[in-house]
Amino acid sequence: MTTHTRQFNRRSILSLGGCALAMTAVVGTPALASLTDDAIAALTGGAGAVEGGISITAPEIAENGNTVPVEINAPGAVAITLFADGNPTPSVATFKFGALSASRTASTRIRLSTTQNVVAVAEMADGSFQMAKANVKVTIGGCGG
Amino acid sequence: MASGVKPRVKVPKTAEAGEAITIKTLISHKMESGQRKDDDGNLIPRSIINRFTAEFNGENVIDVLLEPAISTNPYFQFEAIVPESGEFTFKWYDDDGDIYEAKKKVSVA
Repeated sequence: MTTHTRQFNRRSILSLGGCALAMTAVVGTPALASLTDDAIAALTGGAGAVEGGISITAPEIAENGNTVPVEINAPGAVAITLFADGNPTPSVATFKFGALSASRTASTRIRLSTTQNVVAVAEMADGSFQMAKANVKVTIGGCGG
Repeated sequence: MASGVKPRVKVPKTAEAGEAITIKTLISHKMESGQRKDDDGNLIPRSIINRFTAEFNGENVIDVLLEPAISTNPYFQFEAIVPESGEFTFKWYDDDGDIYEAKKKVSVA
């Protein structure tokens, strides 16, 4: 019986979901982005990072912000740092590649508190920095929450 | 969080010399972020795994620093080169000082 009511509730919430999606789309990038900019500046020593060269793969829409699969690919990088610019603390993880690493790729699962950009900054072998961004729309908590 | 932590690693048993092999690791850990509150409104203290390393015969493959934004049961997938037969050592470093370890042998034909 209980499962039945719950299903019905979930349905009705889902039908409302459309509105929430539209709203998140309008709100777009959260204002906390500057925290990430500060963190990137600290990492690169103020030099900044250029876009291109590396890639980040994340779902366009994540239904559950608790586990969002993210893959980074940065040929020629010695280290990659991941940021989530809408999280309370933007840092996510730092990957350092050793001598026996076959490719500069890694996949993991991260937490995203809201719709936001996931940013990867790669430190290349020559000391320069490259970055890539992926926007992820997070739906959980948007309406039913 | 010293109890109920179980590392799981997927590594091929055999490989060609110099071949790139894909490694998948998962460890069961609640990764308490330090942002959540309990029913009484008190902050639940942070308790996460803060570092993960993979080595092959003592040579580093990958070294990851984890922040609270890594999901419960941290999962990593990456690629490694195996120059000769040997053993992978995977280590997870807990906030409470514990180190969880897993080893996997690979033989090169």
